[in-house]
Amino acid sequence: MTDTPPAFTLQDLGGTSRSFPTGRPSLICFAKEDCATCNLVAPLLEAFHQAWGEHADVWMVAQARDGAEILRDRHGLTLPILDDGALRTSLAWDFESVPAVFWTGTEGATAPVMEGFVKAEWQALSAQVSEALGTPVPQVDWTGLPDWRPGCGSKHLDPGIHDRLVAEAEGSPIRARRIEIAGSDDIDEFLFDQGFSDGLPLVPPTPERVIRMLAGTTRDPQDIVAIVPPNMAPATVEKVAINAVMAGCRPEYLPVVIAALEAVCTDEFNMHGVNATTMGASPVLVVNGPIRHRIGMNMKLAALGAGNRANATIGRALRLVVRNLGGARPGGVDRSTLSSPMKFTMCFAEWEEGSPWDPLHVERGFQREDSVVTAFAMTSGPVQIVDQESRRPDQIAGTLGLGLEGMFLPKIHRMPVDALLVVCPEHINTLTVDGAYPKDRLRARIQEVTSRPLREMVSNDVSGAGIPVASAAKMTAEMLATPVPKFADGKYIHIVVAGSEAGKFSAAFHGWVTGAMGSTVVSRKIDC
Amino acid sequence: MTTILDPTDERVPVERQITPRTGSIPGVIGLLDISKPRGNVLLDELERLLAARFPDNEIRRYAKPTFTKPCPTDLRLKIKAECSVLVEALAD
Repeated sequence: MTDTPPAFTLQDLGGTSRSFPTGRPSLICFAKEDCATCNLVAPLLEAFHQAWGEHADVWMVAQARDGAEILRDRHGLTLPILDDGALRTSLAWDFESVPAVFWTGTEGATAPVMEGFVKAEWQALSAQVSEALGTPVPQVDWTGLPDWRPGCGSKHLDPGIHDRLVAEAEGSPIRARRIEIAGSDDIDEFLFDQGFSDGLPLVPPTPERVIRMLAGTTRDPQDIVAIVPPNMAPATVEKVAINAVMAGCRPEYLPVVIAALEAVCTDEFNMHGVNATTMGASPVLVVNGPIRHRIGMNMKLAALGAGNRANATIGRALRLVVRNLGGARPGGVDRSTLSSPMKFTMCFAEWEEGSPWDPLHVERGFQREDSVVTAFAMTSGPVQIVDQESRRPDQIAGTLGLGLEGMFLPKIHRMPVDALLVVCPEHINTLTVDGAYPKDRLRARIQEVTSRPLREMVSNDVSGAGIPVASAAKMTAEMLATPVPKFADGKYIHIVVAGSEAGKFSAAFHGWVTGAMGSTVVSRKIDC
Repeated sequence: MTTILDPTDERVPVERQITPRTGSIPGVIGLLDISKPRGNVLLDELERLLAARFPDNEIRRYAKPTFTKPCPTDLRLKIKAECSVLVEALAD
């Protein structure tokens, strides 16, 4: 015996409301018209009704109104047939296939559900109930019935129906405000009008889609992932899921979006400043570890561009959370002078298998088998670095250095600013043609080839930027001859591998203000 | 009819009224520099003008450690405790 199933009130085909518990012993059978096994048992239920009807309620609960009428007419049924076309009672009673039979005895306890048709079980039920009620056994020709027939999947579990039912049911994990859009409104236009969009169309975040999205994480929908600047709004898993739906994510991307949001909402990353700066900074997300393959991220051909759903929508979901929850909108707290297409989305995976080095996340202290997202605050990129001629390792390393020298302005050197260098496979081939070429050697080579005398950084008629003339005037000739590299330290040069195996084109992203005054690179392990 | 879920933080914006203009200011006037270059130039001039017009009011200067980040909570509470009005010099 099990707990009594939830109470319900449904109408029968005559329009009479009938409620469970009925106050009498009852046999409730859920059925649908297009299920052969339901049709097999319909005459049995009628026989049970005829035999027990004075002492017990024998009801069929049909999963569609028109199906109920068909079953009644096809089998000449006189037992009450209830309409559960809304399927809420089916969901609440929590079974998997029909016919599903629940017997609630004289003591009010309900027997374990019988699903499908097992003749021996039905015969036993017939005998047991007849004995309990003190009635003759129902008139059933058991010999003409098969020993066993499987049931059909209950309609409430149909894809597209179940998620909606869960979203609408009591105890639904959904807490967000529901917004009703009139049938006469264009839903896509409505989403634009509300200011939810980054300028591109959105997937409407219906409750059933959000329920499906939430299945992508084991976290409680009401867990707070982060406090999102600038409005310092608490972002629950549910709210992140809503924005992930709008961005076009699949549920399996959600853990990456959550980890990325955790990363950018740290004090170190400083999402507030990244949003607000007139320089137009934006998070650039790099994903490492096994999840890259599991969710089909692009790390090869066109890795930094369009065409891959995971890359495109994970980055976009993060931006939409920051926009819709954090309140960062261009003209509001986002004060970018020019801004950047990276503010739509910028997310890619490292091609670890194509790299001669430890992948980014291992370099940053994680295990190779961890899945990790790393957030960089970048103002430009990807900026192409083109070299189809170099054949020697130091030559191609030199090219990568020269390619980075343009960051912010070529004449500005000794910058304590992050850069993210994405080395393409053909450039890797050239770098390693004579054997290993460690990342630190590449960093040193970049510093070497970008070193220029300090006097080249002094403000002049070509460009007023750089060291003020008055300051330079206080320096000795020796000081002005000092070679100064592009970066204040090689640690500011972050290196990953991505791209197709054809083409000698690497790329760089240029940072913002690095460190406590601005933003620090943050990695977060993805909970998956 | 389609139902969607609200993607925002659902905070209803509070409509704020402008404080009545009485021609006088009670208490301490705070001037907050967000630490962006030349913000101090603007505040120096403002301080001079305010001091001339409100000679009986004390004027106190504050500065955020960096313009790139929100005001630290301690500083915000200090300003709130000490001042009756605050002028913040933004940049750009």
